[in-house]
Amino acid sequence: MGKYLLRQLLIIIPKVIGISIVLFTVLALAPGDPFEELATNPAVPPEVRANLRAQFGLDDPVAVRYVRWSTSMAKGDWGFSFASRVNVDELILQRLPTTLAVIGSSIVIALVIALVVGVYAATRPYSLFDQIASTFALIGFALPTFFTGIVFILVFSIALDWLPFVYRADLTATGWRWAWEQFRQMLMPVMVLALFQGASWTRYVRSAVLDVIRLDYVTTARSKGLAERVVILKHVVRNALIPVVTVVALQMPTVFGGAIVTEQIFRVPGIGSLLISAILANDTPVIMAVTFVLSCLVILCNLLADIAYVWLDPRIAYR
Amino acid sequence: MSGSTPASPTVSDAAGALREPKQVSLGMEAWRRFRRHRLAVAGAFILAFMALAVLLGPWLWPVAINDIDFTSRLQGPSWKHPFGTDDLGQDLLARMIYGGRISLAVGVVAMLIAVFVGVVLGAISGISRGSVDAALMWVTDLFLSLPQLPMLLLVIYLFRDSLKKYIGAEAGIFILIVVVIGIFRWMPVARLVRAQFLSLREKEFVEAARALGASTTRQVVRHILPNALGPVIVAATIDVAAAIIFESTLSFLGLGFPPDIPSWGRLLYDAKDHLDVATHWALFPGGAIFLTVLSITYIGDGLRDALDPRRVM
Repeated sequence: MGKYLLRQLLIIIPKVIGISIVLFTVLALAPGDPFEELATNPAVPPEVRANLRAQFGLDDPVAVRYVRWSTSMAKGDWGFSFASRVNVDELILQRLPTTLAVIGSSIVIALVIALVVGVYAATRPYSLFDQIASTFALIGFALPTFFTGIVFILVFSIALDWLPFVYRADLTATGWRWAWEQFRQMLMPVMVLALFQGASWTRYVRSAVLDVIRLDYVTTARSKGLAERVVILKHVVRNALIPVVTVVALQMPTVFGGAIVTEQIFRVPGIGSLLISAILANDTPVIMAVTFVLSCLVILCNLLADIAYVWLDPRIAYR
Repeated sequence: MSGSTPASPTVSDAAGALREPKQVSLGMEAWRRFRRHRLAVAGAFILAFMALAVLLGPWLWPVAINDIDFTSRLQGPSWKHPFGTDDLGQDLLARMIYGGRISLAVGVVAMLIAVFVGVVLGAISGISRGSVDAALMWVTDLFLSLPQLPMLLLVIYLFRDSLKKYIGAEAGIFILIVVVIGIFRWMPVARLVRAQFLSLREKEFVEAARALGASTTRQVVRHILPNALGPVIVAATIDVAAAIIFESTLSFLGLGFPPDIPSWGRLLYDAKDHLDVATHWALFPGGAIFLTVLSITYIGDGLRDALDPRRVM
């Protein structure tokens, strides 16, 4: 187990390096100067500009620039934002908890929906419930998050006036009242993401359970007199979860993409909306850093998936 | 899956009936299986209708997409404007038709790029053993763990202005979006093709071809690839839907097509600030994206049933 974990941790290192190379290549290939903002400023004389270029090492070969960029990233020196004149790492640390809260809770809710609905539908294949669930899963999967977000605002904020549609980071209430307000404003962004992912994962859970439930060992478990509940929960679901974990891990990039969209719709101050506003403000250091952080979060989720494999099937660790 | 698409059912039926009553071509058999999936057929009809509507629409509804009329701003659907108008009094039906062309074209072209890259890389990695295979799969895994939307945004941010300068706003943005979506969507296809190749290259018929002296290229192109295409076609269908959603997402974030090129996502983006007074403005493009993606998903389901001969139907 320890050996397996160590190996998975070591695999991460080349992946992070690979991602940083991809990011840097994209930046280096891009036409135009990332420091154009400073360079085109008429108040900055040409000598100063040349000095600045030399100081930031823009005239060095690509490989040298990559090594310098990656070592300073590794040291925690992520530069400063052109737009707000704040260190990038501070900016990201400010925004990250909100994003993690939204993404984390929506993944949990999506998994609960997918597991409950998927397993229930698979144990009664082609029943009315199964057909309704499959139809809803397809519909939820075909509705893009930005459209469900708009429909939610139309229904719950404008028509019914139940929930606020702008997320506020500066709630004045305290105690229970604060928790209630926070819950109300988190509800729509989280549910938009959770319903989309839940719908797509429900289909995988259903087909995975259907694949496992026909196997002989399930018949054996039933024939030795175990309760159906125990057979399903302990014998079927645990094995069916292995391919589901793969799919969930593979879809993490989609989840983060969806989070960017929902943050933008509901004006949630997370790193997704930071990315969009940085792009609109031509704030290159922030854009690079946010993309890098999001990539690292995806890799972290893949690591969690690898740990989940071992928990589901201990044999994997000894391969 | 080397069978050609069913040309005219009556002709092949007649020919089949003359020679051997039981003989059905692969394409016909796939079509028979596809037809049994009723929702897939419905999806195919809806998609065909939408494609025809956006292709022929400008002739049937000859209204300019940028005809500004401040006397009829934000109006709901009426006989004069069946889909209503936006905040500049522009006709939404005309804009929807134009946007549909863009969205569907982006979907198809981006899918073609993704499938091409995926098939080539998957085939190379599936036929070659050792370090080439390992390296390609490592790259595939790396791309799979890249967050696609932030990367798309990054690339578009970095390349947008210069492409606009050299090729022009519309073509530049179109090429950029299509290529970038293609580049970030090829990995599932590559994995599928590689998995197919790994099992197919050990089959007897490939061995027979090798024994007859067929070169590796010929083995791949004539023998392995045609047999590996079934799942690829299904994945390609889903890729069209994914590309349409990606394009709408980019436009919805204000980073896709500019406002004078109203793709469906862009219409939604423009509509989202007027939700309380002009609901129709958001519902029509959103509904169109939803209907297209749903139809394509059902078609994909139907194709999966049709192209998997192991499935008993």
